[in-house]
Amino acid sequence: MTEPLLELNDVSVSFDGFYALTDLNLKLYKGELKSIIGPNGAGKTTFLDVITGKVRPSKGTVTFKGKSLLGVSEQQISRSGIGRKFQTPRVFENLSVLRNLELSASPDKNAFSLLGSKLPQSSKDEVHRIMNYVGLTPFANVKAGSLSHGQKQWLAIASLVAQSPEVLLLDEPVAGLTDEETLRTSELIKSLAGDHTVVVIEHDMEFIRDLGFDVTVLHQGQVLTEGPLEKVKSDPRVIEVYLGPPEQ
Amino acid sequence: MKLFQRLVPWILLAIALFILPAALDDFRLNLFGRYFALSITALAIDLIWGYTGLLSLGQGIFFALGGYAVAMNLMLNTKSLAGGNGIPKFFENYGVAQLPFFWQPFWSPVFSLIALWVIPAAVAGVVGWLIFRNRIKGVYFSIITQAALMVFFHFFNGQQKLFDGTNGLKTSTTELFGQLVGSPEMQVWFYRLTVVLLPLAFLVCRYFTSGRFGDALIAIRDDESRLRFAGFNPVPFKTMVFLVAGALCGISGALYTVQSGIVSPQYMSISFSIEMVIWVAVGGRGSLVGPIIGAVVVNYLRSLVSEALPEAWLFVQGALFIFVVVLMPDGIYGWITKGGLTTFLAAFGIAKKSKTYPQLDKEVIPVD
Repeated sequence: MTEPLLELNDVSVSFDGFYALTDLNLKLYKGELKSIIGPNGAGKTTFLDVITGKVRPSKGTVTFKGKSLLGVSEQQISRSGIGRKFQTPRVFENLSVLRNLELSASPDKNAFSLLGSKLPQSSKDEVHRIMNYVGLTPFANVKAGSLSHGQKQWLAIASLVAQSPEVLLLDEPVAGLTDEETLRTSELIKSLAGDHTVVVIEHDMEFIRDLGFDVTVLHQGQVLTEGPLEKVKSDPRVIEVYLGPPEQ
Repeated sequence: MKLFQRLVPWILLAIALFILPAALDDFRLNLFGRYFALSITALAIDLIWGYTGLLSLGQGIFFALGGYAVAMNLMLNTKSLAGGNGIPKFFENYGVAQLPFFWQPFWSPVFSLIALWVIPAAVAGVVGWLIFRNRIKGVYFSIITQAALMVFFHFFNGQQKLFDGTNGLKTSTTELFGQLVGSPEMQVWFYRLTVVLLPLAFLVCRYFTSGRFGDALIAIRDDESRLRFAGFNPVPFKTMVFLVAGALCGISGALYTVQSGIVSPQYMSISFSIEMVIWVAVGGRGSLVGPIIGAVVVNYLRSLVSEALPEAWLFVQGALFIFVVVLMPDGIYGWITKGGLTTFLAAFGIAKKSKTYPQLDKEVIPVD
């Protein structure tokens, strides 16, 4: 592990004087699996916004494979291999499940090739494999808008996987899922490990434990501590952040 | 049944081509020709609004540009309308001795036939690209298109020396192939041309709305920024459909002009462009059959109401729009295809309650 795949250096984001991220430094190596936790307002989602080009940092640099991501449009960042799942499941409500996945899986992303050519068979097979894995095959022709919340979450994750990015950024992938679904999601994410770099943001500690990734704790826009979950949990600073200062 | 469904479009086409001309008198047939011409505009608006979510209130620009292109050619090539120096007579009223330079290419019928859709398409392409690349969306897009419409309206309205200003260009007294354009014989031909071009416009729209390109359009309508995160740049998609819609409106405007006998800046009035949107809303957006139904039904109704109670039409139109928005959000076509009666009754609270909770795998549309 020499060069980090993704690197954030001294990144600050301020919204009208309120700092969502303050001098954040974070490195992500190829194949690394990371969970990010932190209380509300710690800057977890802003951190993803900065990487995916939605928010431009007021200070600092973001590099991916040695190239700066500042000022690069969302679609170019996505094409270069960074995929993101949003906090609330965002799917194309008026497209069927199959069409949602096929659109994400499309290797050509420009207007003319979408007009002229068909989706290659290999992408189609991949879409069916993913759809089968997340159990959405019976709903292939149902409009995504009429799926339940949990199914939308899975469709959102499945769309991301179909996009086959190198780096997967998952913002609360199991929010609102049942225990069984959560378990299955964690299996899905673990199956991606290896050739993918995965960052998971979650509040569900059971899920984080189950994933077994290294944990980074964000607080007030900075990295508070890093390490395996057990170590992080016993860190007095983390306890203080979550539960308030110990009583005198 | 399947065979019947496949035959429906051909049956409709045959009725429009052979039965209507036989059954209706010249005046009525001409009216239907105009409705079908307007249906092409409705299709264009459905392409950009119904599918892509771009509510343009400025399609009148492209409609009128197409109309002006054809009218300029007809004016130039009619000897009886020429003044002393061989250019259309109205120029003399304003003391213009020389034909404005941009009129020159319109001597050529071939150029004019191409210009009537290429010019609107080019204008739409440039305007669209500038708007879309700056990520102007939603209400702001509607306002800008309406502002552009006002600019064009005032330009054409104010320039007597260039376009005869507010009088417009009259085509009914011009000649084509040695015959008066306004004559019943010519009008039948324009009717037939319209009936042939309408299905072609339908096919063009279907080409863009089906398949993966169409999926991307719907994705833009549903959640444009999400599509960016999937790696797609929405700008070329939006520019392309806006350009195609501009071209279709140009063709529609040209067909309408020769059948109504005049093109004037009134085609670029704000109310007319809003009416176009109403046709699509009434017919049912997001389907390609809906806008055609909407344009024909609304305009036919307009003719009927205007004949009976000339002042009442605008009230009827307003009421119709409110009625459709509140009670038939999917328009006439959506109402027919999506079991609209239930939704309709539900609005009054007298719909039959469904016995079971709607199940996903049976694809029941829940009653809102």
